[in-house]
Amino acid sequence: MIPTTAKLGLVPGWAVLWLFFLVAVGIFARRVVFLIRLLKLGRAENRFDNIPERLKRVLIYVFGQRRLLDEPLVGIPHVLIFYGFLVFLMSTSGMLLQGLFPSLHLPGMESNRYLAPVVDVFALLVLGGLAVSSFRRFVIRPTGLQLTWDATLVNILIASLMLTFLLMEAFHRISSPLAGGVWVPVGNWLAGLAGSSAALRANAALFHSLFWWAHVLIVLFFLAYLPSSKHLHLLAAPFSAFFSRLEPTGRLAAPMDEQVRLGAERLEEFTWRQLLSAFACAECGRCERACPSRQVGEPCSPRQLVHNLKEQLLRYGPALLSHARVAADGGEPTMIGGLISAGELWGCTTCLSCSERCPVLNEHMSIMVDLRRRLVERGEVDKHLEEALRNLARYGNSFGQSERKRAVWTQALDFKPKDARREPVEWLWYLGEYAGYHPALQHITQSLARVLHAAGTNFGIVYEAERNSGNDIRRVGEEGLFELLREKNMATFKKAQFNKLFTTDPHVYNTFKNEYPDLNHGRHSVYHYSELIRDLLQRGQLKVTRSLPYRVTYHDPCYLGRYNGVYDAPRRVLRALGVDLKEMPRSRRNSLCCGGGGGRVWMEEIGEVHSRPSESRVREAAALEGVQFLVVACPKDYVMFTDALKTTGLEARLAVKDLTELVAEAVSVA
Amino acid sequence: MRNDILVFAEHFRGTLNDITYELLGKGRELAQSLDSRLLVSLLGHEVGGLVERLGVADQVCLVDRPELKEFASDSTKAVLEAILADVQPRLVLLGSTSIGLELLGLISARKGIPCLDNCTRLESRDGKLVATCQIYGGKVFVEVALPEATTLVAVVPGSFPKEPGEVASKPELRNIALPPVLPEARTTFRKLLEPPSGDVDITKAPILVGVGRGIQNADNMSLAEELAAALSGVVCASRPVIDQGWLPLTRQVGKSGMTVKPKLYLALGISGAPEHLEGMKQSELIVAVNTDPNAPIFSVAHYGAVVDALELLPLLTEEVSNQVTKKASA
Amino acid sequence: MNIAVLAKQVPDLVEGLEIDPSGKALDVNYLRYILSESDDHALEQALLLKEKVGGRVEVFALNQGEARESLVAAIAKGADRAVLVDAGLDSPLNNHAAAQIFAGLLGGGLFDLILTGVRAIDDLDGSLGGLVAGSLDLPYAALIRKAEADGDGKTVIVQKEYPGGYAVELVVRLPAVLGIQAAEQPPRYVPISRLRQVMKTATVEEVSVAPPSQQPLDVTCLFKPEEGAGAVMISGGAQEAARQIMSLLSERRLLR
Repeated sequence: MIPTTAKLGLVPGWAVLWLFFLVAVGIFARRVVFLIRLLKLGRAENRFDNIPERLKRVLIYVFGQRRLLDEPLVGIPHVLIFYGFLVFLMSTSGMLLQGLFPSLHLPGMESNRYLAPVVDVFALLVLGGLAVSSFRRFVIRPTGLQLTWDATLVNILIASLMLTFLLMEAFHRISSPLAGGVWVPVGNWLAGLAGSSAALRANAALFHSLFWWAHVLIVLFFLAYLPSSKHLHLLAAPFSAFFSRLEPTGRLAAPMDEQVRLGAERLEEFTWRQLLSAFACAECGRCERACPSRQVGEPCSPRQLVHNLKEQLLRYGPALLSHARVAADGGEPTMIGGLISAGELWGCTTCLSCSERCPVLNEHMSIMVDLRRRLVERGEVDKHLEEALRNLARYGNSFGQSERKRAVWTQALDFKPKDARREPVEWLWYLGEYAGYHPALQHITQSLARVLHAAGTNFGIVYEAERNSGNDIRRVGEEGLFELLREKNMATFKKAQFNKLFTTDPHVYNTFKNEYPDLNHGRHSVYHYSELIRDLLQRGQLKVTRSLPYRVTYHDPCYLGRYNGVYDAPRRVLRALGVDLKEMPRSRRNSLCCGGGGGRVWMEEIGEVHSRPSESRVREAAALEGVQFLVVACPKDYVMFTDALKTTGLEARLAVKDLTELVAEAVSVA
Repeated sequence: MRNDILVFAEHFRGTLNDITYELLGKGRELAQSLDSRLLVSLLGHEVGGLVERLGVADQVCLVDRPELKEFASDSTKAVLEAILADVQPRLVLLGSTSIGLELLGLISARKGIPCLDNCTRLESRDGKLVATCQIYGGKVFVEVALPEATTLVAVVPGSFPKEPGEVASKPELRNIALPPVLPEARTTFRKLLEPPSGDVDITKAPILVGVGRGIQNADNMSLAEELAAALSGVVCASRPVIDQGWLPLTRQVGKSGMTVKPKLYLALGISGAPEHLEGMKQSELIVAVNTDPNAPIFSVAHYGAVVDALELLPLLTEEVSNQVTKKASA
Repeated sequence: MNIAVLAKQVPDLVEGLEIDPSGKALDVNYLRYILSESDDHALEQALLLKEKVGGRVEVFALNQGEARESLVAAIAKGADRAVLVDAGLDSPLNNHAAAQIFAGLLGGGLFDLILTGVRAIDDLDGSLGGLVAGSLDLPYAALIRKAEADGDGKTVIVQKEYPGGYAVELVVRLPAVLGIQAAEQPPRYVPISRLRQVMKTATVEEVSVAPPSQQPLDVTCLFKPEEGAGAVMISGGAQEAARQIMSLLSERRLLR
């Protein structure tokens, strides 16, 4: 019998239920409408294109729970809880309908012999998952995962939902033996337990009713509470996944033309999707745990960034909505210097680990870069960074060296590389400023030139016309300088004659590939030198004359791997050279940033750091038994890791080698 | 105009600055080669006691007035102009200093007297005076033949030795006709700001470990401190390091910092801008370390090595500590 | 407060310096010019004063090198007016000649303060500030690292650097010329986007003046110091250098 048919005092049960139902739905709806209005404060952005692709995202990331499984300990429990949620969504909806319209005699899941056991087993699975995740949250206490009343309450609610359901089932079995026809393992077992007590048996129907009401009321309470808790991510996550960015991660959103001031520091300057991050965030802390800067003690925190945006939104959004403008800016204080310090913003290496791990596909970096853009616009640039930017603007490189010295490295060669400005070449080699200017890297650059020359590759460089590609400049927020350099570089490309372009530097690779529209989509293709070497080896233009007997490990550069998915080319090269390649625990998309990206290589430590990401990384490499070399494919990695070996005292244990050095050795080029 | 040399004496807090002796020494030399006289002007209040230190000069133009108690360019300039009118020297030697920098341009423009700054060498060649001046941070030197007219030359402190100028005896006093009332000073002294005290006096330390930009960041300062401790010396620095706040002002060596003459000056990661060289180039033994083989520091150093100071620091500290322990146990 | 800033272009040492075949001047082939560093500080100090007490900041530069770009940058930083002065000559003027020109433009009590860097790397015949002050018979204070306007608008209180870390506080009666050593804060950063915007919208005034009467210095020659002439160079890497330095110190009995 449906419990709401009975009277509660003078009022029919279903009437009482209707009351609670309407109140809960009312509270829920009011809050959701309020949240949507808050989102509309943000700038417009078109994320309604390519609907099929977007639906696919929802399928893979929300229903497929893809990113949850990066951390299996909690990933599996979450998957169980998630599917349990879906299952119970149906089951409880059915119960509610029955309760609200008892006269309609609607069939519920518990009477279906196929569905009932599923729900029943899931209740147990959810409880199990909850036990593991609670243990993790309350006992293990991993970084980035906080102990809040909100989280505790949600855990209690979910647990009590499962328990009330099972108990309801059990007493239903006892009071209506007919229902025994449907086999529900846990319910039956509980029924057996409870049925042994005569008192419980006698009042089975009453208990059934009791737990039915408890279950339904808790659900309604949860419904009303949901949009005010961090569990809002339940509602918001499918939307954040649907509205996630389809463009390549290596392409930063360019400022809109209508933007009077670059960057953002107040709510109405962020896009609605950025604001949505605040609601979609489940405060799981995955981004935090992945962040290399956070790990070493820098104040930079991706989780805090999103959280603070939410704070700003909830605190000052309502006043903006009601147009209660006390000042020109609506009385909303700027986030910079308020909820976020400049130090937190300059500490980011733009390695992308945070958004790569985020289960709800939030874009931490876009928020961070917009705030950096605003800092630059205000002229409040980190001191050391400022010096680098001045040099970059004036000399086209951060070292403050004359443009004329760009190609000094070629003087040590016994041939003169072709000048692509004067004669046509097949490949244009764009070095990047580190490979060109840094004293420690000259021998590597020269080595690569010799290898390519020996292979008969038709390549050329642009000598003094080369300028910084602008990748890191864009990521520190100096959009104007980025555009200036891009214009200069594009002008150089127009004058030069070449088919394809390759570079030694993954940062250059990233921006040329994704942010120089005419370069990649036009006539030319952009490659990383490891891809070129791979092809040369494959086609036999480079021949391995001595197989290298080394055991090595390979570090995936952020801008080559995580950003652009080039993981295999360097590995293929290494295998062709005959080395024994051992992977570090954090490899491929889990590779730990060397700490030099996002302009950090131009800055100093900001917080009280106890080590550097590069030091953590070389220790990881040194921990691999028998590994002699840490192989890199990025000039900044080479410099960062070489320094780290010195500061950790591991120079005797391990050496850093650029991929080029091993190739040169294997093909017997001096 | 006669061929006399006039030196403008500078004093601070009751003592004559080294630059005065340096200029006097050179002035004497030039006066001898020109077969002329060396005069010195001494302006101030209650500075009569300093006259007996100016024995190397033939005459001293002493002007002791209360208005000249603290240096103010208006009053000093007026007096100096009166002295110039009276003496009509061939050459006026000033220090390129906080005081000299003001007087040089003011007098030159007002009186139409040619002037030169940043002089590091002065000599008489066949009766002509030739000055060598440094420009572009010491990367280029210019040789200028002085015009045959009264000329003002401001000299970089430390360019000439001071011993030849230190003669303790009283020269003849020369009376200068001065206006009874000096023009009202438009810049007035308010107060002296002392450098923060309670720190080591680097001018008294026999061994100095100097760091420059090559130290790269505040963390690396400890490397320098360790070496200084091993050598029983003191850490000092060039201006960029002080500007960054990695060491207090009292440790600054250079034109606007201290002038030091220790037994040993280790210049680590210091490029050798003239302002810094001015403050340490008279050290007995200078050993410089810099990754740039063309760094100007090597022009004053006795020994040099083109290596990274950061690399060298711990290695040198170890070598020194080992040697010291060896000697102790020997 | 009306402030004039005198901005000079000097050779950019990053490009290296070469002496031309005559031996009396720099080889202009590879020369690139940049705003004198202490003039940049003078501009910054002027802007700081304007921010505190209001008024105008006007920047003047002789037409040489990248003077126009420097003036545009000054406007982007907040200067109210920028003037490019052309004296119709090709070669750079010495400071005496430049001072004559500026004295002509700035005389007549138009400005309360004239700020310029206390020295530039190519100063040979004295610094511009002192020469301008001398020509206009204005008070001059050099090596200034701080300047505050006094309430009455008739004086400024400045801090002048002395060696040994000492400084003095002076009260300077306006109008006056100050030779700036360093501004109270480092020269502000101008984001390139703003600079490009200003380049399109701002106007740099151009003024032509008669060539001044010059008394050029009799430069007999220019030369570069011999590299590392004095020092006995220690070869080998850091380890070798450490060892040799240590034995040198030991030899000289400098080790306790």
